Amino acid sequence: MSTTTKEKPVTLKTLTNKQDLLSGGHRMCAGCGAPTVVRQVLLAIDEPVVISNATGCLEVSTCLFPYTAWRVPWMHSAFENAAATASGIETMYRALRKKGKIKKNMKFIAFGGDGGTYDIGFQALSGAMERGHQLLYICYDNGAYMNTGIQRSSATPFGANTTTCPAGSKIPGKLQKRKDLTRIMAAHNVAYAAQASPHNWRDLMTKVKKALASDGPAYMGIVAPCNRGWRTQTDDSILLSRLAVETCYWPLYEVENGTWTINYDPKDKKKPITEWIKPQGRFKHLFAPGNEWMLEKFQQIVDEDWESLKKLQGTFGR
Amino acid sequence: MTTATKTKMQAVTGNQAVAEALRQIDPDVIAAYPITPSTEIMQRFSEFVSNGKVETELILVESEHSAMSACIGASAAGGRVATATSAQGLALMWEMLHIASGYRLPIMISLVNRALSAPLNIHGDHSDGMGARDTGWIQLYSENAQEAYDNSVMAYRIAEHVDVRLPIMVCMDGFIISHSIESMQFLEDEDVKKFVGEHKQIDPLLDFDNPKSIGALVLPDYYMEHKRAQHEATTKVKQVVLNVSAEFGKKFGRDYGLFETYRLEDAEVVLVALNSAAGTIKDEVDRYREKGVKAGLLKPRLFRPFPYDEVGDALKNAKAVCVMDRADSYGGHGPLFMEVASALYPHRQGPALFNKVYGLGGRDLMPHHVDQVLDETIEVAKTGAVKMIKEYITVRN
Repeated sequence: MSTTTKEKPVTLKTLTNKQDLLSGGHRMCAGCGAPTVVRQVLLAIDEPVVISNATGCLEVSTCLFPYTAWRVPWMHSAFENAAATASGIETMYRALRKKGKIKKNMKFIAFGGDGGTYDIGFQALSGAMERGHQLLYICYDNGAYMNTGIQRSSATPFGANTTTCPAGSKIPGKLQKRKDLTRIMAAHNVAYAAQASPHNWRDLMTKVKKALASDGPAYMGIVAPCNRGWRTQTDDSILLSRLAVETCYWPLYEVENGTWTINYDPKDKKKPITEWIKPQGRFKHLFAPGNEWMLEKFQQIVDEDWESLKKLQGTFGR
Repeated sequence: MTTATKTKMQAVTGNQAVAEALRQIDPDVIAAYPITPSTEIMQRFSEFVSNGKVETELILVESEHSAMSACIGASAAGGRVATATSAQGLALMWEMLHIASGYRLPIMISLVNRALSAPLNIHGDHSDGMGARDTGWIQLYSENAQEAYDNSVMAYRIAEHVDVRLPIMVCMDGFIISHSIESMQFLEDEDVKKFVGEHKQIDPLLDFDNPKSIGALVLPDYYMEHKRAQHEATTKVKQVVLNVSAEFGKKFGRDYGLFETYRLEDAEVVLVALNSAAGTIKDEVDRYREKGVKAGLLKPRLFRPFPYDEVGDALKNAKAVCVMDRADSYGGHGPLFMEVASALYPHRQGPALFNKVYGLGGRDLMPHHVDQVLDETIEVAKTGAVKMIKEYITVRN
């Protein structure tokens, strides 16, 4: 289950010599997937990196005046514009480098949650990708607006109970399937688009390296369990990200210059979706009598998406 | 005595004048999205970029919200940044305008004033600029192409001043100025370059030796100190505007202050108006002076921060003042009126004060409209009685 990479594989031995660029002491919840994702991302990079951060959990919890957890240049300006802000930073870098005012080679990453990426920031993201900035946009996807209190987003899975699509007696949670943003980004014909998961750090970090080495804009969607919103145990974040992949809810794949590669195919070991949703309180009502159709529908959605991804690999793979 | 080379008069549009200023300034980054009537500025500038006349990196964003977001990122990164917009474009930037000033980023907007929708209208009024008056931006208003050009040349010197470090809007009237051809005088490229000077950034984001976090969450324990620091910076703007304008006047021979006074010294009846209407009013002031009426005009240039003391002093001896607003603050008086009223509060035994709203959505203000206002102001000066504090003129009943 390695990526089809030209990059050298990341080893634990090399990582132990590197400083964490997101320090401890930040105020993200215990067990949150997002800081794990960010630390893996930053450990994967060897060049100086500048971060643009959308408003959200990650932003408010890592830079609360007068403290900051970031050991790299970091900027937040608003919710819907991490990609546009990063566009400006990256363009100024090129302008100053052209004039010889900056000598260093720098990399640019924008972080947003699924709210700031799939929804309110979608236009700015699309624009930045189309313009071809040399930047990597990373969405840490926990499937709802967790920062404002677990409201539905277009990344929220089918059936989930959120505070704006609560599972009630008439409407049993979210009735729509999630938006598939990674494919939408791939449809922008960006240099590199991929999905990753923190349980497979080697795959995630190799993808970050490839994304930053590619010629043009890159996008990564990374699943980031949220125990507050998912109603799960605080120590289950990595387990749940693994199950998201093993049930094919969150397939690991990458699209490099139009070539689709599935990085992990469970083949006949594909787990039923119930294994991922059973431990999550937000799906509790799916197991209530009368809602069997929801479990069936959820499984059907996952199966269809997985089959269609395999077709894409079949058609546009190596 | 001016030290700069004199250039010949040329016939250009306001947009062309501002585009030329931007070419001469050659900012590091411009991010913009087209909107009438400011579009021509960016079209012309894009030609400069495509033909290698400037070094600027252009970001052709997908919205004005992203334009200002990219400007904020670029400015924080460490360089000189500009954009141009009008009306809905500025409205879409609104959220980011506050963030640009809150982060103390000296970005310039060339704002071609246009009416805000609804109803949809593409012509000139000041509702866009007035709608942004509380965003923390410096606002300079310009009567004509020459002033828009000169203000643009002075803008970064004001915005980037170490005491100030605030974003700035240079405003001119849509179509009336942006699209009309009038004669004006450009400065030499070298003179502009020298006057504007090198951009020096304090605390650039792209400094890896001193990594910075920009844009922290600031809760009640520190928020107010940040806002007071911003307020204090705005109090420094006035003096910097005066100093930069004095230097500009000395070098190039055109004098600017916080506002322009026209035959105001001994005036008893005074009109106050921004931008292009001032030109029409000056003609009518002359005509009334010929008739023996002591008429005068005050045309604010620096609207934000508003020079209350100076405006109050300039108007306190008048008998009647009519403030003419090309925008409304619905449910309030006209925005310019409210400032002038505040400025005159310490002089409340001074002139009688009233307010006309005119020219919305590009409705012409003709000389005879100005005459009607002057006639009413004469009447108010005589009687001291204001019939209606705020009234729409140039409008069907």
